[in-house]
Amino acid sequence: MLRRFLGLLLLTALVGCATTGGNPHDPLEGYNRAMFGFNEGVDKAIIKPVASGYKTVMPEFARTGVTNFFSNLRDVWIGVNNILQGKVGAGASDFGRFGINTTIGLLGLFDIASNAGFEKHNEDFGQTLGRWGVGSGAYVVLPILGPSSVRDGLSLLAVDWRGDPLWYVGNIPTRNELVGVRLVDGRANLLDVGRLAEEAALDHYAYIRDAYLQRRRNLIYDGNPPPEPDPDKTSESGHSKDAAARAGTELPPARITTQWGERIITAVDEELTPAREFSEAKSQPASARQEAAGAPGSVYEPRIPYNNDALPVAPGVRTGFAQTNLRP
Amino acid sequence: MKSLFALCFSFFAVAVAAQDLAPDALVKKISDEVIGIIKQDQDIRAGNQKKINEMVDAKVLPHFNFSRMTALAVARNWPKASAEQQKALTSEFRTLLVRTYSSALSTYKNQAIEVKPLRAAAGDTDVTVRTQVKQPGAEAVSIDYSMEKTPSGWKVYDVVVGGVSLVTNYRETFNAEIRDGGVDGLIKSLVSKNHSLDTQASSKPK
Repeated sequence: MLRRFLGLLLLTALVGCATTGGNPHDPLEGYNRAMFGFNEGVDKAIIKPVASGYKTVMPEFARTGVTNFFSNLRDVWIGVNNILQGKVGAGASDFGRFGINTTIGLLGLFDIASNAGFEKHNEDFGQTLGRWGVGSGAYVVLPILGPSSVRDGLSLLAVDWRGDPLWYVGNIPTRNELVGVRLVDGRANLLDVGRLAEEAALDHYAYIRDAYLQRRRNLIYDGNPPPEPDPDKTSESGHSKDAAARAGTELPPARITTQWGERIITAVDEELTPAREFSEAKSQPASARQEAAGAPGSVYEPRIPYNNDALPVAPGVRTGFAQTNLRP
Repeated sequence: MKSLFALCFSFFAVAVAAQDLAPDALVKKISDEVIGIIKQDQDIRAGNQKKINEMVDAKVLPHFNFSRMTALAVARNWPKASAEQQKALTSEFRTLLVRTYSSALSTYKNQAIEVKPLRAAAGDTDVTVRTQVKQPGAEAVSIDYSMEKTPSGWKVYDVVVGGVSLVTNYRETFNAEIRDGGVDGLIKSLVSKNHSLDTQASSKPK
């Protein structure tokens, strides 16, 4: 029931899509901020106190056991998603983890497999879709479940729960209890992180949103995301800005030229990121010519204004919709 | 022969000061030192923020380039700020980052830190040192340090935890602040954030 309601809400969000202007990844900012506030309220009033109490009452080894137990149940679905993404070895390792921890690890209470070298992975159907090339769509804050996106939210509500063993527990009260314990245990593990994020953020909502977007992107590429097309880094002005930052650390200007020069030479057999290659390809001719001419002042060096907003680049280029067909 | 080898080795050990350390070796050295101190010091383990700050000041901060970090976070608005504004931004952002870092250290509990072998060419002046923090019962958390070579040794200019850059995560917020209130508006927000954390900290521990 709740699931159906959330799904409906997501679809409404998709269709409604009221643009508030600010962040291109977050066209639903108005709704999202309201839902974020609601979630914060529920968390402060109920979930966080329960989780804190749970953390105080339960000895650490018991909590680790509970975390391990639920983590073990997830490994099967993680393995399925790894295989769907073509990572058969990783998937086999996940099934191996489940086998080892369910038997030797006493129904998953002990994570023997990690110590045996079977690494724990993080996968879900949203990541699988991302791997298949589906864009994330708009950022959406779900009720209670928190930060998500159109893609990840729909995956969670339509697909992932089918891979969640808890939903197959026949006895409904038992199932609900298990889901509740899992929620509280998960929140207890995040108490420190939550406090840190609150301390670090100027704008809590935006901090969590941007961390979520970065994190998901990183997870989809298993920790090695390709560099993001970023006007701040790829444009000439980005390079100047970098140089300005370096100058702030008392690097003599001559040194900067040498550094870039050195990099250009070593760049040949290096796996350079496209963004970097681009920015250096632009800076190279100017510095090379400067050295050749021996008279720095006389060389014409094309400049792009610092103000990127003034550049004739379509604003839609950086939006999350760019590579998806989900745009309403 | 053996003693000659030992002599050579000790010579190297002396010659290799922090300045000449390879970036991955430097990260390893700092991590080991900091964890060693946390493990030994009862006050730090009990959450004595003053002692944690002292340790961070002495061991960690000299290896960070905060002006580069601030420039990365302020991004395209950085050149628009005057020299004084840049200085103020750097100082306030530094305070905020250091506090977050120290606060994170106080949650340390016996996790093992593994520094991965560096993948970089010999002449590189800009590298990423990858580390993994392993804890029982959970997926390992990656912490990557973006570092650049300077005359005074390698300096960290970004820290990426689990794929989230602690520096660029501020970009959208900073951009919005500057759009609404100019560079001075952002400075003001940072000052009041740091101030509110100050008052929180002084009212809590007793």
